[in-house]
Amino acid sequence: MIGRRSFLITTLMAFGFAFLYIPILSMIVYSFNESRLVTVWAGFSTKWYVELVQNEQILNAAKLSLQIAAINATGAVILGTLAGLALSRFRRFKGRTLMTGMTTAPLVMPEVITGLSLLLLFVAMEQVFGWPAGRGMTTITIAHMTFSMAYVTVVIQSRLSSLDESLEEAAMDLGAKPAKVFLLITLPIIFPAILAGWLLAFTLSWDDLVITSFVSGPGSSTLPLVIFSKVRLGVSPDINALATIMVTIVAIGIVSAGLYMQRQERRRERDIQAALAANQ
Amino acid sequence: MSTVPRSQARRQPPVFLAELMAWIRAFGPYRWASGRLKDWGVTGRTLVIGTPYLWLVLFFLVPFIIVLKISVSDIRLGMPPYEPLLHWVEHQVVTLKINLGNYAFLFEDPLYRNAYLNSIWMAATSTFFCLLIGYPMAYGIARTSPSWRNLLLMMVMLPFWTSFLLRVYAWIGILKNNGLINNTLMALGVIDDPIVMLQTDFAVYMGIVYSYLPFMVLPLYANLEKMDLTLLEAAADLGCRPMKAFVTITLPLSIPGIVAGSMLVFIPAVGEFVIPALLGGPDSLMIGRVLWEEFFHNRDWPVASAVAIAMLVLLVGPIMILQYNQGRQAGAHR
Repeated sequence: MIGRRSFLITTLMAFGFAFLYIPILSMIVYSFNESRLVTVWAGFSTKWYVELVQNEQILNAAKLSLQIAAINATGAVILGTLAGLALSRFRRFKGRTLMTGMTTAPLVMPEVITGLSLLLLFVAMEQVFGWPAGRGMTTITIAHMTFSMAYVTVVIQSRLSSLDESLEEAAMDLGAKPAKVFLLITLPIIFPAILAGWLLAFTLSWDDLVITSFVSGPGSSTLPLVIFSKVRLGVSPDINALATIMVTIVAIGIVSAGLYMQRQERRRERDIQAALAANQ
Repeated sequence: MSTVPRSQARRQPPVFLAELMAWIRAFGPYRWASGRLKDWGVTGRTLVIGTPYLWLVLFFLVPFIIVLKISVSDIRLGMPPYEPLLHWVEHQVVTLKINLGNYAFLFEDPLYRNAYLNSIWMAATSTFFCLLIGYPMAYGIARTSPSWRNLLLMMVMLPFWTSFLLRVYAWIGILKNNGLINNTLMALGVIDDPIVMLQTDFAVYMGIVYSYLPFMVLPLYANLEKMDLTLLEAAADLGCRPMKAFVTITLPLSIPGIVAGSMLVFIPAVGEFVIPALLGGPDSLMIGRVLWEEFFHNRDWPVASAVAIAMLVLLVGPIMILQYNQGRQAGAHR
C-alpha cells in the first residue's frame, strides 16, 4: 500500500509529461508539412529536409558548432575532472570555499551576465596582452569551457563521493603513488561519469546562444546564432526539420545510454550474487 | 561459480594504462618537466587543485571585477567604448575617476526599475508554477516501480538535452494567432476569433515554466527517491490518513529538494533573454533583455555593466541559499 501511486498523482504526472512533449511532437509533425504556412496541414512532404541539407549557411554553422563543441567538451572534461578530484579528495585546502562557489555559480548564473563579463575580459586582455586578437572560435571555446566545466565538476564530484574510497586506499597501502592510483583505479571506475560529462559539455556548447552572441566575432556564426536570426523573422519550416533531426539524435543517444546503464546494473547484480554464492 | 571468472576477467585493471604510464615516465620532456616542478615545490596535489582554480579565477572571477570597474566608468565613442578609470597625470600622480551616474540612471529611469521588478515577479511566478507541475511528476516517478522509473526519468531528461532555443521556438508555432491552440479551438467552435497569446506575458510564463521544468523535477526526484518509506508506514499504522501523512511527513522532508529546484529555476529565469525576446511582446520587459539591448543596440557598455551588477546583487541571496542547501545535503550524505 505505502509508496504506491494514487490515481490523482498518475493523472497529474501524465499532464506534466504531455506538457513536456506536445511542443516537441508538434515540431516533428509540422516538419513533414507540405505548406510553408507551418501550422496549416497540406499533406506529407520531406521537402524541408531537402531544403535544409542544401542550406550552406546552416551546414557551415553546424560544422563550426561541432568543432567548438568537441574541443570544449574535451577541455571541460579535463578541467572538470581535476576540479571534482580536488573538491572530493582534498578535504582541506586554501580557498576551498571560493572554489566550491566558483564551480556552483556558473550553473545558475544568468547567461547575459556571464557573456557580458567574459566579453569585457577578452577586450581588456586584448588591450593589455594583445591576445586574443579579435573574437571568434578561440574566445567562444574558452567561454564555453568556463561554464560547461562547472557541470562536469558536479557530475564527477557526485560520482567520486559515492565511490568506495577503500579501493584507492588499498592501492596506496600497497605502495602505488597517487597518480598511478588515479590512472589504474579511479579513472576506469569513473569513466562512465567522464563520458556523461563529456556529452553534457558537448550539448551545452552546441546549444548555447546567449554567451556565444557576446563573445563571437564576424565570421564565427555558430548554429544557434543562425537559428536565432532565422527564428526572429518568424516561423520557418526548415527549422522544424532541423529540430526533428536533433531530437531524434538525442533520443537515440539517451535510450542507448539508458539501455547500457540497465545492462551494467544487471551485470553488477549478477556479479554480486555470484560472488556471494562463491563465498558460501 | 563458473560464471564468476569471466565477468571478473573483464574487470581486470586495464593493462594498457600501466604501459602508457611507463611510456610517459620514460619520455624525456616529461622527466625534465616533472624534475623542474619538483624543484619549485609543485606537487601533483598543487596541480590538481591549481589548474581548475586558476582557470576559474581568470575566466569567472576576474571578469566580474572588470564588469564592476566598467560599470563606474564613462561612456565614450570608440573601441572599447568606455573611459579608463585611472588617469596618469604627468606620469606621476594617478587620479581615480569614478562615475556612479550609471547606477543613478538605473534608479531614476522607470524603464529599468520596472524591468527589474517585473523580472523578479515573473521569475517567482514561473518558479511557483514549475513547482506546482513538477512536484507531482517527481513524486510520481519516485513512487513508480524501478523498471518504469528509468524510462520516466529518461523522458524528463530528453527535453533537457534538446536545444533550448528550439524548444522555445516550438511555442511560437503553438501560441501564435493561427497556431496549434487557436486552430484547434476554432475548429471545435469554442472561439470565433483567435486569442492573442504570442507576444504577451502569458507566452513568456509558458516559455519559462516549460523550459525550466526539468530543473525542478530532477532535484525533487533525487530528494523524494531517498525518502525512508517506513516513516509513512509507521504513520499509516498509527491511523494517519495519506493526505495528512503527505503534509506532515513527505512535504517537510522534501524541503531541501524544493529549495534546490526553486533556486535552479528562479536564478537563471531572472536574467532570461531568449524567452522574452522570442515569445514576449515589446512591453514584456525583463532585465536580461534590457541588458542585451543596452549592449547590442545602444552600445552603452557602462550601463549594460551596471545592469549586470544590479542583477548580480539581486541574485547573491538566492545563490547563497542554493550553496548552503547543497552543502547541507552533501553533508547529510556522509
